[in-house]
Amino acid sequence: MLKNRLFYFIPYGLWLILFVGAPIVLMFGESFLSMAHHFTFANYQNFLGSGIYLQMMFNSIWYAFLITVITLLISFPTALFLSNLKYKQFWLLLIILPTWINLLLKTYAFIGLLSKNGSVNHFIQLLGFAPQQLLFTDASFILVAAYIEIPFMILPIFNSINEIDNSLINASYDLGATRWQTFRRVILPLSADGIRAGIQAVFIPSLSLFMITRLIGGNRVITLGTAIEEHFLVTQNWGLGSTIGVVLIVAMVITMVLTRERKKRGRK
Amino acid sequence: MKRLLYAAIAVLIVAGLLALGANHFEKEQSAATGKAGSSTKVLNIYNWGAYIDPNLIAKFEKQTGYKVNYDTFDSNEAMLTKIQQGGTSYDITVPSEYTVQKMKQLGLLHKLDLNKIPTLKYYDKNFLNLAFDPHNQYSVPYFWGTLGITYNDKYVKPEQIQTWNDLWKPEFRDSIMLTDDARDVFGFALISLNKSVNTTNNGDLMAAKGKLDALAPNIKAIAADEIKMYMAQDQAPLAVGYSGDASEMIAENSHLHYVIPKDGTNLWFDNLVIPKNAKHLKAAYAFINFINEPKNAAQNAEYIGYSTPNAAAKKLLPKAITAQTNFYPTDEMMKKFQVYTNLSQAKTEEYNDLYLEFKMVHR
Repeated sequence: MLKNRLFYFIPYGLWLILFVGAPIVLMFGESFLSMAHHFTFANYQNFLGSGIYLQMMFNSIWYAFLITVITLLISFPTALFLSNLKYKQFWLLLIILPTWINLLLKTYAFIGLLSKNGSVNHFIQLLGFAPQQLLFTDASFILVAAYIEIPFMILPIFNSINEIDNSLINASYDLGATRWQTFRRVILPLSADGIRAGIQAVFIPSLSLFMITRLIGGNRVITLGTAIEEHFLVTQNWGLGSTIGVVLIVAMVITMVLTRERKKRGRK
Repeated sequence: MKRLLYAAIAVLIVAGLLALGANHFEKEQSAATGKAGSSTKVLNIYNWGAYIDPNLIAKFEKQTGYKVNYDTFDSNEAMLTKIQQGGTSYDITVPSEYTVQKMKQLGLLHKLDLNKIPTLKYYDKNFLNLAFDPHNQYSVPYFWGTLGITYNDKYVKPEQIQTWNDLWKPEFRDSIMLTDDARDVFGFALISLNKSVNTTNNGDLMAAKGKLDALAPNIKAIAADEIKMYMAQDQAPLAVGYSGDASEMIAENSHLHYVIPKDGTNLWFDNLVIPKNAKHLKAAYAFINFINEPKNAAQNAEYIGYSTPNAAAKKLLPKAITAQTNFYPTDEMMKKFQVYTNLSQAKTEEYNDLYLEFKMVHR
């Protein structure tokens, strides 16, 4: 029996070691190397001692936060609405559909929409307003990033809401709870796991967005992703690049810890 | 489960048929170019994207019987990293001048035997024996160009944009697109201050950084290759970028024009080199000679839009192209041009750190 289980573990274990463990170890090791491949703490000193990197760190967290809040504000009502529909799997499929398209293609499509002569500006003109500068603004960056992340927020929330036993909601009404009370005391707590999973799935990748910052944001939004790209490709200071990577991993771990599933008292 | 299995089998069959078909056509092609399958008759080229007329590759294959494997890169640094890591065996690659210097220092280049390159005689002497590679020991120029300003005549009059300093004019608020490169952005700022683009003086760099910060309100975006698309679509009135990119934009939008600022600019060269670990030296020399044949070089230059260092080829190009002093500047203009030299690691990082800082300011 034990031998059998070990056998099943091989593919997973190999994957874990080769594609999760080894890269992290390599990156961690590299972050303590100077350009001349000597052991050093200089990379961390550089990172923590420099106003630019701290500012970038702040930018990364701030924009990831905004993107997460916006996707959450859109996704929760959407998921709630979807779970009450008749053909909910079909409607859900429509929301998942865009994730089958390559990220870069979607970004280029947005350039077409938001550009000076794009569809959005045509519409604005149709309403009688002057065309606006939409590309290269914070708002357009956040819009595109939120658009890309939304399916990853809706999916877990939808699943958790969908699993709620309808009789619990009915019971709540029967016991005299108002719609709001039912929502706050029954639906929200029971979908909390989905919300947490959604936040993780959106916040963590948003921390290191970089292609969209250039294409849509016109490099007006500089996050740590931009700095990593620069250190690996231009200055070739892989040590400092890895250090920023380690800092991002730490930020991700903190996010995971903060949003982890709380130990429930009693059942489970 | 059964359906899943059938679906998987169907995918495998389709993929297999496609692979067979591709293989068949490839064989047909190599049969047409002669000596099928002989693995020694190949040439591995590693070039910038869209940086050769594909018809010339076909012609080369037909003429010489070599089979060309063609890979592309999008930055000197990416190319250098890949070659440095080993495991590749490219026979020809195309670094810019400062990267030629760096590759030379790192011992990554094969020393050229100039006797094997008789087509060297077609070159304009001004483009041979340059400081980054004296006596062309390791490289021969492929194309050259300048950094300059592209403007849209719907929004900007030619007299408004004559020197780099004109970019700082308040009327160009939120109008300029910059190419995302530390050396180029600092380069024009340094020129506008009358300093060398290769300065290692911290005071000069700080002055340039200060001047760039003052440019921030005029900058619309900092981007890379997308600038071509944005400019062609009237997205911004002004862009700072390379002459070759400018010629591509102009081909798509006739309102665009390219100017080389009067106070000089950066002059750059992309060069043909043979990496040290190349396996097909004979093929590499054959290619260098082929691409330098005046007729081929002219065809290539017309296709790509960059300026050719090949004097005999330049004669073959239409007058309408070679008479444009913004793409084929006069000797008088060239005197003010500066070529990048390779900076030390510490200086490269200083440039890039200051550049990151500048990007943070611009918003």
